[in-house]
Amino acid sequence: MTVEAKLGQVANYVDERTGAAAFLKKSLRKVFPDHWSFLLGEVALYSFVILLLSGTFLTFWFDPSMREVVYEGAYQPLEGVKMSAAYASALDISFEVRGGLLMRQIHHWAALIFMAAIVAHLLRVFFTGAFRKPREGNWIIGVGLLTLGIVEGFLGYSLPDDLLSGTGIRIAEAIIQAIPVVGSYLSYFAFGGVFPGELFIPRIYIVHVLLLPGAFLALITVHLMLVWYQKHTQYPGPGRTEKNVVGYPLMPMYMAKAGGFFFIVFGVTAFLAAVASINPIWLYGPYTPAQISAGSQPDWYMGWLDGLVRMAPPIETYFFGYTVSWNILIPGLIVPGILFTGMALYPFIESWITGDKREHHLLDRPRNAPNRTALGAMSLTFMMVTLINGGNDLIATHFDLSINQIMWGTRFGVFILPPLAFIITKRLCLSLQRADRELVLHGRETGRLLRMPSGEFVEVHEPISPEKAFVLTSHEQLPALELPAVDARGVKRAGALKNKLRARLSNANAVAIPKVSTEDLKEIESH
Amino acid sequence: MKRLSRFRRHKAAAPLLLIFALLGIGGTFSVASATTANETSAVERSTLIEEGRQIFAKGCSSCHGLNAEGVSVAPSLIGVGAASVDFQVGTGRMPMADMSTQAMRKAPVYNEEEVAALAAYVASLAPGPEIPGMEELNYERDGSTAEGGELFRNNCAMCHNFAGQGGALTQGKYAPTVMGVLPKHIYEAMVTGPQAMPVFNDKTITPEEKLSIIKWIKSAEAEPNLGGASLGRVGPVTEGLLAWTLGLGLLIGVAVWLATKAK
Amino acid sequence: MSNQLEPIKDPGLPAHVHRKTDTDPKAADRAERQVATMFGISALGTVLLIVSYVFVPDDLFIFIPIMGSQNAHQLGLGLGMAISLFFIGLGAIHWAKTLMPDQEVVMQRHEFRSPEEDRKAFVDTVKEGAASSGLGRRSLIKRSLGAALGLSALSPILLLRDLGPLPGPEQKMTNWKSGTYLVTDPGNRRIKASDLEVGSVAQVMPEFANPEERHLDDIAKDALLLIRLRPVEFNLEPDRLAMTHEGIIAFSKICSHMGCAVALYEQTTKHLLCPCHQSTFDVTRAAKVIFGPAARPLPQLDITVDGEGYLIARKPFSEPVGPSFWGREK
Repeated sequence: MTVEAKLGQVANYVDERTGAAAFLKKSLRKVFPDHWSFLLGEVALYSFVILLLSGTFLTFWFDPSMREVVYEGAYQPLEGVKMSAAYASALDISFEVRGGLLMRQIHHWAALIFMAAIVAHLLRVFFTGAFRKPREGNWIIGVGLLTLGIVEGFLGYSLPDDLLSGTGIRIAEAIIQAIPVVGSYLSYFAFGGVFPGELFIPRIYIVHVLLLPGAFLALITVHLMLVWYQKHTQYPGPGRTEKNVVGYPLMPMYMAKAGGFFFIVFGVTAFLAAVASINPIWLYGPYTPAQISAGSQPDWYMGWLDGLVRMAPPIETYFFGYTVSWNILIPGLIVPGILFTGMALYPFIESWITGDKREHHLLDRPRNAPNRTALGAMSLTFMMVTLINGGNDLIATHFDLSINQIMWGTRFGVFILPPLAFIITKRLCLSLQRADRELVLHGRETGRLLRMPSGEFVEVHEPISPEKAFVLTSHEQLPALELPAVDARGVKRAGALKNKLRARLSNANAVAIPKVSTEDLKEIESH
Repeated sequence: MKRLSRFRRHKAAAPLLLIFALLGIGGTFSVASATTANETSAVERSTLIEEGRQIFAKGCSSCHGLNAEGVSVAPSLIGVGAASVDFQVGTGRMPMADMSTQAMRKAPVYNEEEVAALAAYVASLAPGPEIPGMEELNYERDGSTAEGGELFRNNCAMCHNFAGQGGALTQGKYAPTVMGVLPKHIYEAMVTGPQAMPVFNDKTITPEEKLSIIKWIKSAEAEPNLGGASLGRVGPVTEGLLAWTLGLGLLIGVAVWLATKAK
Repeated sequence: MSNQLEPIKDPGLPAHVHRKTDTDPKAADRAERQVATMFGISALGTVLLIVSYVFVPDDLFIFIPIMGSQNAHQLGLGLGMAISLFFIGLGAIHWAKTLMPDQEVVMQRHEFRSPEEDRKAFVDTVKEGAASSGLGRRSLIKRSLGAALGLSALSPILLLRDLGPLPGPEQKMTNWKSGTYLVTDPGNRRIKASDLEVGSVAQVMPEFANPEERHLDDIAKDALLLIRLRPVEFNLEPDRLAMTHEGIIAFSKICSHMGCAVALYEQTTKHLLCPCHQSTFDVTRAAKVIFGPAARPLPQLDITVDGEGYLIARKPFSEPVGPSFWGREK
């Protein structure tokens, strides 16, 4: 029987039991727009699959127990050393299981790439305004995935119970017990008593391999279903409107490209795991609270938290036998809480400012949303400054600087640099808008000089293609909201303060270089 | 010239010019700041201590005083012992070139014989820690790697990092790497506590324990990087940098290729 | 959505440009060969992985430029896996790019909002269903249901009670008691005051009758740092000075900020640096915080010597060691 006939038999078998043909006939022809920046989410998705696969491998050998054992394995420099069974089993995976070290490294590199891809994807979605209606829910799910990813990563690298990650757990315990009123109770419940106890690693193991992956699977499924159902956004361009999607069908083009990209991501991750050593736990040694290494940092996606904690002013308040550690609560819980809540609510904040309640399926070019782009640049700058402070001791040794100077620099920098980044970015966006306008009106500067009969030198401009001109003028420029403080009869409106704030923000948001208009074009043509 | 100027608007022109300028500046700088090697001066042959006294007078007394009694810029050397001199001068830290934060390890100015002479002279001023002999430094025989690792992590890793790569101290000072250091210099550093380093005398860390530490350091030094190239053995900072640059960079590169129409 | 201000009309999808492989069958064949080659390289990668797994011993080291001495077994496994995966992807993507139809397709979006009659029907169904359940009318059911559900939610919370004991007095206590001997860590040797030179430090633990009984829970509270200075270098209140012995001062090694081990002692400045968040403590002023986020100095242990000159604790710590917590009195 030919391949096609065989396939036909299989398809018949399935369809008679599920009626799948009706659904599949449409979905196999579903159209996906093609742009490299749309693949960042895919990198995260595929990294998640790699984490599941490599993680399952590791669970076959890892022993999540804090029971004290004496090491008698292959790694000589730890011979006879007391350690937890978790650490010993991680050493065994690294040295006794063939492919074990490779799998450990694939797992950890995949985790770093997973988080990097989530952040890169978040930035793309933010700067292009893809979070606007109808995709606000997907944005919130995304922020949830980011948050869970940070926690999952922290728990994951804490499982081997080595000196570096054990220090991280000590710091986490300090944050928990600093919570007012319930802190000590929460800490005792989490650790089963005093720190470190014997229950923490087994407990976070279950969170790391069962609870959080389950949550991820559920959230990622909803995330993808929403993208599928709402259809992907697309960049503005010729032939692309708010009412269509231009791209390639799922079968065969997209299946091949997306399927192939999974192998690319897996291959690159495996390549990193082959050539670059990561988390060499045998060099760190087992965790004990009496030891510490110079240059102790968490993984990169928590570096900004470490930097915030380092730069915090040393403030505690004491009253009636109680202590409140502001130096821990503010950088550890309050600031991150505000940041992530603001990030999750941003689509609603922006639609409140612009008053725009319509659907958007065409993406913004970042320069055409100067306030949003500047806000994004400001947040990025904040993250970079705190991240730098998180590595200030390594920066100091490598660049011959002083940790004290770097600390003071970032303490001030974290307040000064983000607003500066906002102003500069906004101005940059407006300049780019101006440049776009010039391009449409006068064409591209070719660099060729022409001498006119009158003796004058002019630079030859080449008109841009109608496709490019369309891209440069098809964006929307929303006017600022009209929010008068008094209504038609002169009565003061309710919510005056809120409206005043909204009006100010809306006005600031509407600052733009006006698009080329029909009148402008007519004027040019008359030249 | 005219041919080149045709390409001035080429999209590769700006990046190429940038690379050219960076290479030019960097190359000029490295050539201009190359230091000349020091020449060792010939010294009169006399008794070792007398020899040491003469070297001291020429090369050390301007900071440490004519009788090694110390001056404002440099401490007294009376009682520091031969071990301190062997360490400081043998690793090139002394004579100190850059007076800013701390003495840096560099190419030694004096040869082995001159160092021995200086050490003998300073030892003659007052009793102090002695240079350990070859018998006392047989770490292969008398040390234990695993115990050394425990001791290193307890006493040394907080400054020198878990793999002995060094670490930051306050105000621009730093604990240097312990890799590539002679065993006797490691021993002498522990015993004499140079500059910011505290003293680890023989009662708190016994001579056998010191040998174990040295054995572990040498084992870590010789240990090849399992699992791939080390990223400096400094932890997650370099790992995160590589994930973003090589990892995500490669993936974005492939993504751009993927989404580009074939010709 | 057309806009009067839109001066430049949508020129429509650009004309389809054929690829070389669309028009030239030889180019198409070449592309096919390229794809096959990539898949072939992937197969070679798998062979490398298998050979490395089965045949390459795991103690063989080879020299690779830039990377240095590498374990051949690991490198073979990893590169084999990377090549076998990467080239499948490369082949699939190249196949899609060169040989699969790349006509751009336009698909129309549909309005999400359901038609009015569907929305009305939905609302009606829900209202009818809610009404027929009787929940709205029968307030007795509503209230008792609320109570039952609310109460049943309490059980899981209660069942978690045994996650841990309640915080007790041990939260504020360590194993340092009056007369406890100071011993080296590791080694468990008693320390004489004369064992320490000026400028030396020692990592210290309280003596346990059976050292095997010392667990991480104890170490997390008991870890102690001993530093010897010249007595004149101290700048202490008399009561704190009395807790030292001939220039030897003892501090808890557990950072008062977030619990890392503070043992980075700078002999020249007499400062202690915690490498986690760079809190800096001045030993001459009873570990007063001079930089960084720590808000409290390190607790100081009152030490003295016994009849034979061995260091002992005179009494327990006068405050809890380690990071702050709500119930910690100043």
